[in-house]
Amino acid sequence: MIKNISNLGDAALYCDFGTEVNKQINSEVIKYFHTIKKKEIKGIINLTPSYNKLIISYDLRVTNFKEVEDKIKNLGINETEKIINKILQIPVCCDASFSLDIERLEKKLNLSREKILENFFDKEYFCYMTGFIAGMPFLGDLDKNIRVQRLETPRVKVPKGSIGLTEQFSNIYTFESPGGWNIIGNTPLEVFDSSKEKDPNLINPGDIVIFKQITLDKYKNYND
Amino acid sequence: MIKNYFEIIRAGINTTFQDKGRNNLYHIGIPFSGAMDNRNFLLANKLVGNKLDLPVIEFAYQGPLLRFIGDKISIAITGDIIFKLNKKDNEIDGNCYETYQLDRGDEINILSTNKSVYGYLAISGEFDIRSQWGSYSINTKANIGSNEGKKLYDGQKINISKINLDQDKKRMDYFNSKIENIRVIKGTNFNYFSEEGKKKFFEKEFTVSKLSDRMGMRLEGPKIENIINTNIKSEGLLKGVIQVPADGNPIIMLSDHGTIGGYPKIGVVVSADYDRLVQIPPGSKIKFREIELSNAETLFKLYEMETQNLISQI
Repeated sequence: MIKNISNLGDAALYCDFGTEVNKQINSEVIKYFHTIKKKEIKGIINLTPSYNKLIISYDLRVTNFKEVEDKIKNLGINETEKIINKILQIPVCCDASFSLDIERLEKKLNLSREKILENFFDKEYFCYMTGFIAGMPFLGDLDKNIRVQRLETPRVKVPKGSIGLTEQFSNIYTFESPGGWNIIGNTPLEVFDSSKEKDPNLINPGDIVIFKQITLDKYKNYND
Repeated sequence: MIKNYFEIIRAGINTTFQDKGRNNLYHIGIPFSGAMDNRNFLLANKLVGNKLDLPVIEFAYQGPLLRFIGDKISIAITGDIIFKLNKKDNEIDGNCYETYQLDRGDEINILSTNKSVYGYLAISGEFDIRSQWGSYSINTKANIGSNEGKKLYDGQKINISKINLDQDKKRMDYFNSKIENIRVIKGTNFNYFSEEGKKKFFEKEFTVSKLSDRMGMRLEGPKIENIINTNIKSEGLLKGVIQVPADGNPIIMLSDHGTIGGYPKIGVVVSADYDRLVQIPPGSKIKFREIELSNAETLFKLYEMETQNLISQI
């Protein structure tokens, strides 16, 4: 349920679903996101779902706050409807050349490398949102035993395909980019394909992701 | 068939193709992009007789030096720009908002923007470039858009796929008004800031920092004190949103901004002021003035009407 709708500037609605970060609230956000997207409401040009907010921006030449607010309030959302998730398996190689921060994690968590990876792999993670850089998924929730803060000093360049951990979330760097997450491995899978005109990103809000560990050999031959 | 193209002798500081921008992609992390100053983008296209949504060349500060090879073509430059045309026998000081016909070998030398940031060059025809996700706009940070998402570079050729036959001389009188008082609607985290901080935000002057680009405009000035939390749970951003990170210096999100962010939002620049906001060069002083949503909507209607009037006069 939307707890409150306000305006963010003069060309967007700010829908507040609460302050906590959990799957239940986020699923509500995603349900609204999908419903509004499907309806193709006149004037709406962008939707940004996040943990517990949905920002709806509109073209002020076509509509205005009051009109869009009325439409959102009268959406007729089916509260019991379940969102259909895609389940995706993501291969990850944790060779020492990829797991840039595993030693840091071992120290911070007081766990062995094996234990950390055991806690991370073969579990279902929920995609809360995508963004920051194109296609980057924010996946949760990590096991309580492997939650850490981000790096004190972010890396200038995190390699493309890196799998990072911070607090309750894991992400995938879809491009080489600056970043402060703890890197434990790398995926050979193209998570964001900018050559695709339609659906360039593999993982969307609401999807379920399962990480599968692969060997360096398999990693190297993955795209053959 | 004669091939028409421009040779880029000097690309300039940040020269890209831009159009109306990309919609419906925020949810996967792709920003809006598009021409920073939308009115000047539209006027450039209208002057050369194009459809208004065709991509144009946007440049910042120092623009490109281009040599035209091919049949006759008309060009127009909009903004507040100092430029020259090097024709076969003479050199002409160019006027903005006026079309010029180029012959084979003629050069356009865009020297600088005058107390402003962005300018636009439109041609009476179409560039031979590829669109991505419904727009030709280049986002150099994410390498999205035409030209493989990269700035135009020295020595590059820009092919022209089509030239309009109608190349009537056109000109208009237009003065780019400047603003120092930026109108702002209170942001969703306005109450994160101390009474003193809120007062400073609306009363004191800020200086536009050199670290400003198409992603954001950084400001220097009085620090805005946060009394609740210097981070929020990451959520969507929009162009015009003013975030205040822990250091207390506001940053205004501009057209190539990241789609989500975790700093408190103190305000949002009204849509009617955006085109003029982006044109404020580093070193300038600005002030924020609070207005209500209904006033902002009216101001935008007036601004849009004025834009349409200008377009219809050409």
